[in-house]
Amino acid sequence: MIKKEMIAMLLAGGQGSRLGVLTSKVAKPAVAFGGKYRIIDFPLSNCINSGIDTVGVLTQYQPLRLNTHIGIGIPWDLDRNVGGVTVLPPYERSDNSEWYSGTANAIYQNMEYMEQFNPDYVLILSGDHIYKMDYEVMLNYHKAHHADVTIAAMPVPIEEASRFGIVVTDEDNRITEFEEKPEHPSSNLASMGIYIFSWKVLKEALIANAEQSNCDFGKHVIPYCFDQGSCMCAYEYNSYWKDVGTLGSYWEANMELIDIIPEFNLYEEYWRIYTKNDTVQPQYISADAKIGKSIIGEGTEIYGEVYDSVIGSDVTIGKGAVVRQSILMKGVVIEEGAVVDHAIVAEDVHIGKNVSMGQGEALPSKLSEKIYSFGLVTIGEKSVIPDNVTIGKNTAIAGVTTKEDYPDGKLESGEYIIKDGDQA
Amino acid sequence: MRAIGIILAGGNNKKMRELSHKRAIAAMPIAGSYRAIDFALSSMTNSNISKVAVFTQYNSKSLNEHLSSSKWWDFGRKQGGLYVFTPTITADNSNWFLGTADSIYQNIDFLKSSHEPYVVIAAGDGVYKLDYNKVLEYHIEKQADITIVCTNLPQGDDPTRFGIVKMNEEFRVVDFEEKPVKADTDTVSTGIYIIRRRLLIELIERCAEEGRNDLVQDILVRYKNIKRIYGYKMTDYWSNISTVEAYYRTNMDFLKPEVRHYFFKEYPGIYSKVDDLPPAKYNKGSLIKNSLISSGCIINGTVENSLLFKDVFVGNNCVIRNSIVLNDVYIGDNTIIENCIVESRDTIRANSYYCGEEGIKIVVEHNQRYML
Repeated sequence: MIKKEMIAMLLAGGQGSRLGVLTSKVAKPAVAFGGKYRIIDFPLSNCINSGIDTVGVLTQYQPLRLNTHIGIGIPWDLDRNVGGVTVLPPYERSDNSEWYSGTANAIYQNMEYMEQFNPDYVLILSGDHIYKMDYEVMLNYHKAHHADVTIAAMPVPIEEASRFGIVVTDEDNRITEFEEKPEHPSSNLASMGIYIFSWKVLKEALIANAEQSNCDFGKHVIPYCFDQGSCMCAYEYNSYWKDVGTLGSYWEANMELIDIIPEFNLYEEYWRIYTKNDTVQPQYISADAKIGKSIIGEGTEIYGEVYDSVIGSDVTIGKGAVVRQSILMKGVVIEEGAVVDHAIVAEDVHIGKNVSMGQGEALPSKLSEKIYSFGLVTIGEKSVIPDNVTIGKNTAIAGVTTKEDYPDGKLESGEYIIKDGDQA
Repeated sequence: MRAIGIILAGGNNKKMRELSHKRAIAAMPIAGSYRAIDFALSSMTNSNISKVAVFTQYNSKSLNEHLSSSKWWDFGRKQGGLYVFTPTITADNSNWFLGTADSIYQNIDFLKSSHEPYVVIAAGDGVYKLDYNKVLEYHIEKQADITIVCTNLPQGDDPTRFGIVKMNEEFRVVDFEEKPVKADTDTVSTGIYIIRRRLLIELIERCAEEGRNDLVQDILVRYKNIKRIYGYKMTDYWSNISTVEAYYRTNMDFLKPEVRHYFFKEYPGIYSKVDDLPPAKYNKGSLIKNSLISSGCIINGTVENSLLFKDVFVGNNCVIRNSIVLNDVYIGDNTIIENCIVESRDTIRANSYYCGEEGIKIVVEHNQRYML
């Protein structure tokens, strides 16, 4: 009989709506990060580096890019005879077909998948965090504490604690209280959304909550286990961990990579992050180019100037163009003379000649103040920006735009142009 | 495709000087992220040849490492696949491969057990892209016994290190001279041949009976008037890297936009083993002019008209000019390197100075690296 001590279930079905136009066509875990990676590469690489070779990836929202990226798992050595990576979309059944209505509901609907591996433990992960973590150490901790559920948690500033699920622990790290996004947090230890469940406990909890609508780990399953008197422990984690759920934190996490010795170091031999490589060729830096403090992906050609930026693969930056404090994803073309400042530019965007981005005062966004702040310009994938236009701060553009979309050749701060169907 | 592929990658050449100490020529790093054999392998997979044998002999460690998985070139198939043949001692043979023909003879079962009617034979030291299907069509149209892919050398390259091919107006080969003292034409063989599988088996077996071992001398030159041998003119980029000067020049060619575009941007591309290195990182103080930089590099100094291969570290105040730095080299602060090829996995101490005064200097230090 097939036997895997621990398998991982990776929740990758969410939209990540706070990333605005970046996720209007792709699921958040498939968003590019750090020049050549996608967000999901971090948990997937952690899995294989921790010796977990069986991973179910739960997809739902816009899965095409994610499916193409994962394939049969070759980049992460997750192409296995037994186990390996399996993409698990919602499916139709003879009665009661439904979408994944919550994190725990998605896992519940894949009970059969988990059962075939006869696991002792199940690791629940989400596909939207940047970190390196050895899950095997966490499993050893789980075993040593004879825990039923172990929740990875890290200290956060107390004033931010109300954004997280907060755990309160006793001196043995056993959880005595669990608060989901509390108004007045009684501890600063925040749940990272990484759980190890002993299989029997998970199975029992999922079946007991089967009728719960929008069944969620933080809201339903964890409190249920707590009420049942399960032994619940917190595994304190103190290294780099970043939630890239907002444009601001996404931009910041990218910018941290270009520090002289980054806190999150991709250059260590140990604990390598793997990704699907479509290009392997070197990048070309021309005689007129100037580059300061940046990371740049494979196959990119630079004829202009780049400062303090994270540049993806196969990007072209034309002569005289200046890119500052920006993130350019794969395949972006910046024509001659364009100025790109404080921008996040998604894949395959074309920016015309002498375009000027990130100009003027930062006014609040008229599309969504919550999403488009931080003074950034955000451009959705495959967008086109015509020549000679000026674009302000806190702006969003998606789709093929033409001169007519820019009154007086300008897009004022706080404005937006969304030209294709799915609005973010 | 109606052909199987054979890549002859066993060779070494004294003209590679110190660079060949470490590896066979077919494993030489090219253009930042590739190795020489990638060009032949990629051309084969792009021509839908699904069964390929690589014959190795000389120092094949690097090559074997590079070929450790066939998946990068899409050869991991039930039908076909990538076979690596190294010399082995058998009941009837206790020799190394005595020559190219002998290497095929020692593995003649590979030819006999295949069912594809044709064989594409390629050298492992050429940098090019070629659709072998076009050559095969030409071969069939000319009713040739053997087709040799030829090219005209660019001005200034020395033809006497190649096989010189003379053809009549129908492109039938009328003369073939291997590495002559003097050459009166610049049309040379690229070391790429197409031949019917059964004919190849016949010729190779006859060679072996007569104690002859070399594919070029004992088959091409010897049969030039007996068999119908035709030349196929290749007009796109082709370069052979088997001398230090040619190796340097071929790499520097990739700084030209048209060469880069041809190899890097035009479909189908060249594939190579993926190393999972992070993006290249430029710190404060880096100044780059007209250079190719590969993934995993960290740069703090000046790099001009140069190629940095994967995982190179350049310290503060360094100047690297007109040079090629191979994989995984650590260059300490205040070092100046000009007109050099720096051998892979080396550590260059801080405050060093290397300059190729007349021609290219090869830097091999064997220093221990104490990592930060």
